[in-house]
Amino acid sequence: MIWALLLIPAVAGLLCLVLRPNAPRRALLVLAALGHSAAVAWAWADADGRRSAAIGAWMAIDEASLVFLSITSLLFLAAAVYAVGYLARENREPQHNPEDGLPFENYSETVFTGCLLAFLATMSLVAVSRHLGLIWVAVEATTLVSAPLIYFHRHHRSLEATWKYLVICSVGIALALLGNFFLVVATRAGGGEPIPLLLQDLTAGAARLDHAWLKAAFLLLLVGYGTKMGLAPMHTWLPDAHSEAPSLVSALLSGALLNCAFLAILRVHGLMVSAGLGDFSRELLVLFGLLSMALASVFILNQADFKRMLAYSSVEHMGILALGIGIGGLAGYGSMLHAVNHSLTKGMLFLAAGNILAACRTKSTLAARDLLRRLPVSGLLWLVGFLAITGSPPFGPFLSELTILKGMLDAGNVAVAVGYLLALAVVFVGMASVVLQMLYAPVEAVELAGDAASHEAAPRVKGRAAEPQREPEPLWSIVPPLALAAAVLVLGLWVPAPLAEMLQRAAAVVGVN
Amino acid sequence: MLFWLDLVLVLLVLTNLRLLGSSRLASCIRTVAAQAVLLGVLPLVAHPHDVSLRVVALCLAGAAMKAGVLPWLLRRAVVSANVRSEVEPLVGFTTSLLLGIVLLGVAIHVAGQLPLPDDAGSPLLMPVALFTTVVGLFVIVSRVKAVMQALGYLAMENGVYAFGLAFAVHEPLLVEMGILLDVFVAVLVMGITIHHISREFEHIDTDRLSSLKD
Repeated sequence: MIWALLLIPAVAGLLCLVLRPNAPRRALLVLAALGHSAAVAWAWADADGRRSAAIGAWMAIDEASLVFLSITSLLFLAAAVYAVGYLARENREPQHNPEDGLPFENYSETVFTGCLLAFLATMSLVAVSRHLGLIWVAVEATTLVSAPLIYFHRHHRSLEATWKYLVICSVGIALALLGNFFLVVATRAGGGEPIPLLLQDLTAGAARLDHAWLKAAFLLLLVGYGTKMGLAPMHTWLPDAHSEAPSLVSALLSGALLNCAFLAILRVHGLMVSAGLGDFSRELLVLFGLLSMALASVFILNQADFKRMLAYSSVEHMGILALGIGIGGLAGYGSMLHAVNHSLTKGMLFLAAGNILAACRTKSTLAARDLLRRLPVSGLLWLVGFLAITGSPPFGPFLSELTILKGMLDAGNVAVAVGYLLALAVVFVGMASVVLQMLYAPVEAVELAGDAASHEAAPRVKGRAAEPQREPEPLWSIVPPLALAAAVLVLGLWVPAPLAEMLQRAAAVVGVN
Repeated sequence: MLFWLDLVLVLLVLTNLRLLGSSRLASCIRTVAAQAVLLGVLPLVAHPHDVSLRVVALCLAGAAMKAGVLPWLLRRAVVSANVRSEVEPLVGFTTSLLLGIVLLGVAIHVAGQLPLPDDAGSPLLMPVALFTTVVGLFVIVSRVKAVMQALGYLAMENGVYAFGLAFAVHEPLLVEMGILLDVFVAVLVMGITIHHISREFEHIDTDRLSSLKD
């Protein structure tokens, strides 16, 4: 099962590098995504099978792995379907940089598809690893295989974003390596046999770990993986990479990659809890969480680039995740639920942003306007996504953010709760002004367009075909985000019992209870 | 053997200072390569009773990669980019060197706060590893050329690795190989990116990569 999760995308990725014709390569991408999802479904069904470890105890699928694997797999499937149409269009039309109007070429599609699948393989490896050294290797590998994805559009802006991504994340990950070595010292400082960096051995021997070294190790690992996760103030690569990468890559970066880094932090946090240093790591997580939320909310206000706005929103939501874990208890469960909700919502928003970018040829929030009439479906998705991501009912993030708030109040952390609500409010106002401007619609027009989207052909029938600017929206570009939107809506109304149980157990696995 | 270990560590400090004070790209590349050779020797002198075939093989592989292949890659990137061979620092060489001395002091102070387990070998080890890491970071933020940032990353990795080599010789082979592979691919991808930067901009000055900001 574990091998299927790793080898399906890895082998398919290698095949993609040698497949010359476009059609079979794109088909292979979708097939591999389906295969990966099937393997994840198998892991859900076969509880005993998934616990059986591979290569010693190095890899196994526990509840936390399964939650993050499911998110990654689902999002990748949506992105893969989207990619088929996207790559076909990219091949057909001449490309121009939206900012300066200069023409540019695309990086080889073979490499792009291959790296996309390798990206899935490395993220799966992060999720199933139970050895801290292996987790490090896998996280660094995700950086390296995703760098070419950001540079798919070969112009100077994407190049700049790629360089910053590579250097900042590599430096962060190097610090995490130092953290790993500190952890090795912590296992040996008390004398006695060194403990291997396997999670279960470390947890079992947690009482023997030297506290000073363990604290230093946690700090380095938090900063290192936090860079990758996009926690402020180490988030500086994130807005650039998310805004310059093709939208489906941004969706994967934001919805899947950041979560993988989060999982790495969760593993170390779980270790801190079992060593009796839970309060130390909780305080740090709350601190970084609040800082990320505050900083992101400032940058979302008056943001002139809608993909950057989404990127800062990711920084904000990573802050929420860290904060929820830092508070613990009910908020820890809320954090897990929020990881799911955020990924689905953000994936859908980035795919919708890709449609808007393709139609309007600009990322400027001032130029991409009147969306509900130009792109009825994507415009509606943009509206729904905005409502969902800012935590409005009846969507999933509302429920999880409320759970986290309740966790804070239960824990008696009123000051933190006030800061949390304040940041959420600022983000809501900031995004609302940008998004409503883009939709160019007072309330009654929104309802009208919502009507139009539910019966697609309706405008024509009613004789409103005179809409001159209406852009075509092919099925591939709207079905994946619509599916994600439906999932977000369902999760807002009803969390299925098996999922809720899985999230509870996942929170318990990483030491949150 | 403590003498040899300390000698290697002091040489490491000197390579760091040279990296800070050197004005030519080529000599910076050579300096980082020399660092990698010193690292290859480090575990042999740190644990002379514990030298197995595996340790030797790993040291050889690491040194060959970091002192041979990667410098060659970076030198090629410099040549193909056809850039002037000056480092062009944002912080002057003298200031860099003085800051380097301060950083060394800070590293020694911080290392003093974290008592090492008994089998650490030399008390110099921890400060030198930290110093190398911090110098790498400083080079990344204070030098303009993309090649220098790749070198800074390598120096930083060397510092982390120095720490690891001296302590974690019991790390499983798989992890060691994974780390080596990741570093290799990281520098490879950076080299390719530098190549693209030079084609796109006709320079590799990262301070002019500034169109993305808020």
